[in-house]
Amino acid sequence: MPVVLDADRISRSLTRIAHEILERNRGVDELALVGIRTRGVPLARRLAKIIGDVSRHEVPTGALDITLYRDDLMRTAVGAQPLIRKTEIPFSIDDKRILLVDDVLYTGRTIRAALDALIEFGRPKAIQLIVLVDRGHRELPIKADYVGKNIPTSLSQSVQVRLSEIDGRDEVEIQES
Amino acid sequence: MKKDLLSIDDLTTEEIHLVLDTAEAMREIGQRPIKKVPTLRGKTIVNLFYEPSTRTRTSFEIAEKRLSADTLNIAVAASSVLKGETLVDTALNIEAMAPDMIVVRHASSGAGHLLSRICRSRVINAGDGMHEHPTQALLDAFTIREHKQRIAGLKVTIVGDLLHSRVLRSNVLLLTRLGAEVCVSGPPTFVPAGIERFGVRVSPRVDEAVEGADVIMMLRIQQERMQGAFIPSLREYFTTFGMTPARVARAKPDVIIMHPGPMNRGVEIASEVADGPYSVILEQVANGVAVRMAVLYLLAGGTEAD
Repeated sequence: MPVVLDADRISRSLTRIAHEILERNRGVDELALVGIRTRGVPLARRLAKIIGDVSRHEVPTGALDITLYRDDLMRTAVGAQPLIRKTEIPFSIDDKRILLVDDVLYTGRTIRAALDALIEFGRPKAIQLIVLVDRGHRELPIKADYVGKNIPTSLSQSVQVRLSEIDGRDEVEIQES
Repeated sequence: MKKDLLSIDDLTTEEIHLVLDTAEAMREIGQRPIKKVPTLRGKTIVNLFYEPSTRTRTSFEIAEKRLSADTLNIAVAASSVLKGETLVDTALNIEAMAPDMIVVRHASSGAGHLLSRICRSRVINAGDGMHEHPTQALLDAFTIREHKQRIAGLKVTIVGDLLHSRVLRSNVLLLTRLGAEVCVSGPPTFVPAGIERFGVRVSPRVDEAVEGADVIMMLRIQQERMQGAFIPSLREYFTTFGMTPARVARAKPDVIIMHPGPMNRGVEIASEVADGPYSVILEQVANGVAVRMAVLYLLAGGTEAD
């Protein structure tokens, strides 16, 4: 199965996105990163590090678990409930520019859930969306502000993002299912 | 998960850990400015309490509301039960209105099991007579794990009215399953026959029982359940079995003191101990909400049978 992004490409994509963030937001004082569990979290941390190195400003970083906001929970009475993990946003999001980070943008339903979840923590000045891969097939009117790579896919394919913090190595692979 | 939570034995050891881990995530919701998630939107939960309760009923209701369920409380004092309706008839009538879950507390052991057999709704036992109170044991385990980072290998001493206590039964099942060493102590009239078979050690002398304990759990003297003279007097009980600072000093230096509430100050526990630095009694109450949210969430999913 083809590897569409290797470790080097992932690293360069994140560096480019970090610079785009700084360019578009003129200053980092109001910025905060929130990664969507699971793989959005290490991506958010990496972006925080790059932005920190470039701007000499520490950007607060949090983790968001959207499971309790999913629109497909409780729709079927089959099988066990999805695992809930901790949401950790150790700062006020009021009047911040929140950079929401996820690995793959697909139907947009995860992002819809994440927006609902975030709004309950306060009233950010703005929310921008960062994804490593945009694979298309949106079911909701949602669009990313920063994209690592657009990868056209068919519905029968799946996109596997692996990150060294979780999977031991960095790569993005497309699989036929 | 099984359809209902009636006893700790309804949970596998893996599921117990899943409840505790899920509760860890649920606790964060209670610290948000808006303490609510939409997860159980559209689910109806009936709290059917045949016995007085402040903590458990409030805790379940807060947990249900934080998950956006529609909740209603049936206080027996203002219901048809006073007109002579039986538990089964009340349950069938509630069931006819198609709730998703029923949380039940009743003075008779096995009341939850009875409802479980006649109701399609999920049933959660919030205390049945002298039998079990599983969510209390789960929140106790959660509190212990938070303080000690583990449960296996800990020495847990449980002191008080062992005979009438559903909290004891659920805790013994849970703590021994997770590998704790459980020691119980109380007057002989309060020690149920054959309790050793559950894998606990009985120590008639409380001073010896608390020696080296990591956790001391006090049980309430349940005067409402006592038929007959179990203890000579409350004052004598306090002298012989009450948890005093001197007794606490025999336990480990980092011991935690627990009590499921409501406390009888000066009977089973001295006020200095209940309000003292080792006491985690109010943390137990706070943790109860997170643990019940976890149970409600996990039970709302599919069952093994589906």
